[in-house]
Amino acid sequence: MQAFHLAQPTMLLDALAIGNAADTKFIAGGTDLMQLLKDNVETPAQLVDLEGVGLSQIRADASGLRLEAMARMSDVAAHLDVRAQWPVIAQALEASASPQVRNMGTIGGNLLQRTRCGYFRDTGFNCNKREPGSGCPAIAGENRMLAILGGSDHCIATHASDLAVALTALDAVLELRRAGDAPRQVPITEFYRLPGTTPQIETVLRPGEMITAVIVPPSAAARNSHYLKLRDRASFEFALVSAAVALDVRDGTGRDIRVAAGGVGTRPWRLPEVEAALRGKKLNDDALREASSRAGEGARPAGQNAFKQILLRRAVLRTLQTASA
Amino acid sequence: MASIGQGVDRVDGRLKVTGRARYAAEFPISDLVHAVLVQSTIGAGTIAAVDMGAAQAMPGVLAIITPDNAPKLAMKGGAQQAVRAPLLQDNAVHFNGQHVAVVVAQTLVQANAAASQVRIRYRRDEPVTSMDAALAQAYPPKNFRNGERPPDSRRGDPDTAFDGAAAKVDVTYITPIEHHNPMEPHATIARWDGDRLTVWTATQGISGAQQSLAGLFGIAPQDVHIVCPFVGGGFGCKGNTWPPATLAAMAAKVVGRPVKLAVTRAQMFTSNGYRPRTVQKLRFAADDQGRLVSMRHDGFSQMSQPVLGEFSEPVGLATEMLYACPNVAVSHRLVATNASLPTYMRAPGLASGNFALESAIDELAVALKMDPLEFRLRNYAEQEPHQNKPFASKALRACYQQGAEAFGWSRRSAEPRSMRDGSVLIGWGMATSTYPTHRMPASAYVRLGADNSALVRVGTQDLGTGTYTVMSQIAANTLGVPVERIRFELGDSAFPHAPVSGGSMTVASVGPAVKAACEAARAKLQRDGGEVAEASVDVKPGEEEHRYAMHAFGAQFVEVRVDAELGEIRVSRFVGAFDAGRVMNAKTARSQLIGGIVYGLGMALLEETHVDGETGRIVNANIAEYLVPVNADVPDIQTIIVPNDELVSNPLGAKGIGELPMVGVAAAVANAVYNATGVRVRKVPIRIEDVLV
Amino acid sequence: MSPNVTRRVVLAATAGGLVLHERIGRADDTTPAPPSALPQKAIDVELRVNGSRFPLNIDPRTSLLDALREQAGLTGTKKGCDRGACGACTVHIDGRRVLSCLTLAARCQGKAITTIEGLNAGEDLHPVQTAFLHHDGFQCGYCTPGQIMSGAALIKEGHDGSDAEIREWMSGNICRCGAYPNIVAAIRDASREG
Repeated sequence: MQAFHLAQPTMLLDALAIGNAADTKFIAGGTDLMQLLKDNVETPAQLVDLEGVGLSQIRADASGLRLEAMARMSDVAAHLDVRAQWPVIAQALEASASPQVRNMGTIGGNLLQRTRCGYFRDTGFNCNKREPGSGCPAIAGENRMLAILGGSDHCIATHASDLAVALTALDAVLELRRAGDAPRQVPITEFYRLPGTTPQIETVLRPGEMITAVIVPPSAAARNSHYLKLRDRASFEFALVSAAVALDVRDGTGRDIRVAAGGVGTRPWRLPEVEAALRGKKLNDDALREASSRAGEGARPAGQNAFKQILLRRAVLRTLQTASA
Repeated sequence: MASIGQGVDRVDGRLKVTGRARYAAEFPISDLVHAVLVQSTIGAGTIAAVDMGAAQAMPGVLAIITPDNAPKLAMKGGAQQAVRAPLLQDNAVHFNGQHVAVVVAQTLVQANAAASQVRIRYRRDEPVTSMDAALAQAYPPKNFRNGERPPDSRRGDPDTAFDGAAAKVDVTYITPIEHHNPMEPHATIARWDGDRLTVWTATQGISGAQQSLAGLFGIAPQDVHIVCPFVGGGFGCKGNTWPPATLAAMAAKVVGRPVKLAVTRAQMFTSNGYRPRTVQKLRFAADDQGRLVSMRHDGFSQMSQPVLGEFSEPVGLATEMLYACPNVAVSHRLVATNASLPTYMRAPGLASGNFALESAIDELAVALKMDPLEFRLRNYAEQEPHQNKPFASKALRACYQQGAEAFGWSRRSAEPRSMRDGSVLIGWGMATSTYPTHRMPASAYVRLGADNSALVRVGTQDLGTGTYTVMSQIAANTLGVPVERIRFELGDSAFPHAPVSGGSMTVASVGPAVKAACEAARAKLQRDGGEVAEASVDVKPGEEEHRYAMHAFGAQFVEVRVDAELGEIRVSRFVGAFDAGRVMNAKTARSQLIGGIVYGLGMALLEETHVDGETGRIVNANIAEYLVPVNADVPDIQTIIVPNDELVSNPLGAKGIGELPMVGVAAAVANAVYNATGVRVRKVPIRIEDVLV
Repeated sequence: MSPNVTRRVVLAATAGGLVLHERIGRADDTTPAPPSALPQKAIDVELRVNGSRFPLNIDPRTSLLDALREQAGLTGTKKGCDRGACGACTVHIDGRRVLSCLTLAARCQGKAITTIEGLNAGEDLHPVQTAFLHHDGFQCGYCTPGQIMSGAALIKEGHDGSDAEIREWMSGNICRCGAYPNIVAAIRDASREG
């Protein structure tokens, strides 16, 4: 770990002001950033500790759910309104990491965690995301865990967050703030960028900008939502494939249908092709099978991860079946 | 007073549950500074230049040791456990992740920061990263089983017998590189007092460490003092004296202060061995009565560069002795790659070899349409078929029977995909376990008081195996006193010699020494009177190993649940029945059996080290992506200890229990996965993508 | 928060404020220099561990785990992976189980830290410690302090409803010796007693 200056402001405005400096990173729960610091993947000159600024409220009412960025994963997962009105969020969080990590990790930090790609996290490898232009050995290398959707010739790193998949299905909006600028809101579906030729740029966040809150609209579909995570180990592992489904079914017909997937994309992956195939249709098993067979159109497997194409379709199907049962 | 066999709580348990048990990195040594290893980022070549400028200027840095300035080691003596390279003695790079420098600084934070700033320029060669691509260059090991026997064996004419047989399998099985990953990473504190060296280190063998370090530094063994009261798991990777311990002592010499060197989890993947990848070719055949007529097992295992040493994974050992088959041939070959040196890992040879052997037996049973347990019973070896010797004892038939009974094996449906629970396929599988019973010379010291209290000392180790507790029980039992009257001390090279804690032989080796020393002390006290009597005793195995074949046995039964569409594989039930001879402590023995089974479940379904094909660098050198079982992976496990009071193998009748329970687990799981899905997976780990049909 | 820390924050914030003024009217791709050209020297932190105060002078990079083990002399908390993947370093901060390897010690000022050395009172063992001892919930003992800290927290959280629930909520603590069934039995027992 390289030396840094640790700033510990007690006001959000101070934190934003300090965070606007060059070579500065915010630290929230620290569960991912500490790993990256220890592995010299991140070498900021300054850390801005957000612990003192508050920003940890969870508010649920008729207008929707507002999760402030420093709310802990475990607190959000345990929140009774979240469990009742947006179950896919609680399920995704409880399928994440371990109880200790969830006690530390925050909502904002979770959405900004970096990929688990082993080539990215080890400075002994080349990596376009870490050192732009150095190359991507993962594409022809050990890529079982890597993305089949959204990749480029420069990067196929999987986005690792479970929460982001659930929020993508629910059309969540992120509230962003930066010193000197008015707060702005960005839908989560527009927040993450595809790697393209610049895999080092992962989101639309501007320098010095932070996520201050996540806003989730209420909906009948959200109340009937479900998260499925498939992995080798029964717990404490990142997803091979995951699926988040929110369904509003009336008289057996799909009204509002949201489907997103994790473990397969370079960002949380919304599946409009599946949604379109079910909207306004009777949700019988044949319809669900037909729709889920469309999941992952345009997938580009790299070799070891080819099985994710099949697994994605089956995960989507199972989650649709569960949510429509 | 008889306490042998009773499930008494661990005598060191209180220290462990309160955090007061001290492991190697935790000794408060004054004036201590910290060393951090720097590892290569190329797979083969030479170091052209080391730029230390930036690192040297960093706060707290005391020394940067590289091949250019490292002290030359004496490299004397021939301790088998001494790993002699890479120790910064030359510029060659043999594998990615090789130690190429050591940074010493005042604090750990400073040493870590500086280590990342050491810049090394290399002349790169093309590394051989894949063993499978180099199989044609395989060569016979020079020192198979430390030269005790040749790498190949043959009885009868397996090829002719195969050709004419009724049922055949001709298959290749593959096991991956696996890493021990004990929870305590290697750590060493080294301190020189003049030419005397004291080392607090995590080791499975303090005697070997003493001999090794003495030889490497050219000093007398009595001038090396090893201290190791607790080891945070070993599983084989703390058996040898690996470079980090030696480099810690070297660093302490360079800076003239005590040095602590704790290997990081990532560095563990190239610092202290691993279970090598194997490719195993098996050709088995049986007649129409289900009698084995031919077994051929040709094993290839991955090796490092020969200049670094030699380790051969003895995959064929059980194939020679497990079944009464007249025609058997076994061979072992090595394939050199640019990887670090492999080593023993829990049940070396048997874990990998029995996965292939017991899977192929299952395949043959399927081909014969015979129940796999019945097939094994039909080929039961009443005496050791390879050496034609009687077994000292063999209660395997009882293991099969009691295990099958407890599991409900007779209710199994042999047809794949025929047992279901909704969308979940259920499969039952079984396999045989075996592990040889070893014993080596050992010594013990006892000081017995007239008040019936005793101090017992042996230079042995407790890896979590229960040595403190079991030896206390043996002493208490011998002296006829309560366990609380015994103070058993270990983990100090000043104590009487004991062998490495490996090969499941600690109880069989050290137990008789403790017993004999207690008897001698008691006799002395009775004869001479007085307040105390001391006795030091050396014991060694007798002729029994020449007259008898000595092995432990077991039968593993497992139920798996496989989601028919999603392919997720979960183990839902496990029964293991074992003939481990006499059990010293029912509680710690059960823990070892459960632990071995869990280790086997990791091998079956999770564990694999991924090596980048281009650079030979390990991609998942961490314990988040090198998957080992977590609590949620492990179901209820029932263990059965089959009674066996045989005392031929050794005076305590202990057959060894550390490795036995791991053997056969992977095959039992693979056989269960076949029964569930109809997919025969001939490699581990068995994963979702292998059963997505 | 101590006066010391507050002063540092104010200084940093002031520097940040100046930077903020400079920013206005600039293009987004030009960012000002960080407030401190030189990395921070050692700072004073007072850790409150097991009810005792440990005034430490630490490098800001120091993890709570290293501060406990290397500076406070509390080696009961173990370093298994140093990356949050094994749970051996589990401690309680303000009553919640967390990973000390992923926690900067400098962020712990004013918080109540409990380690394995402070879980029990005096010579009496905590019920989870007693249950681990009797159920042989360990072998080598290296993951044990983390398992016990996690288990004690699990019971308080109310995640002890069934064996399956205990297994899931103990899955952040790896035991390579494979004592899991005994660990579950120990926690089940301790939760009944508690």
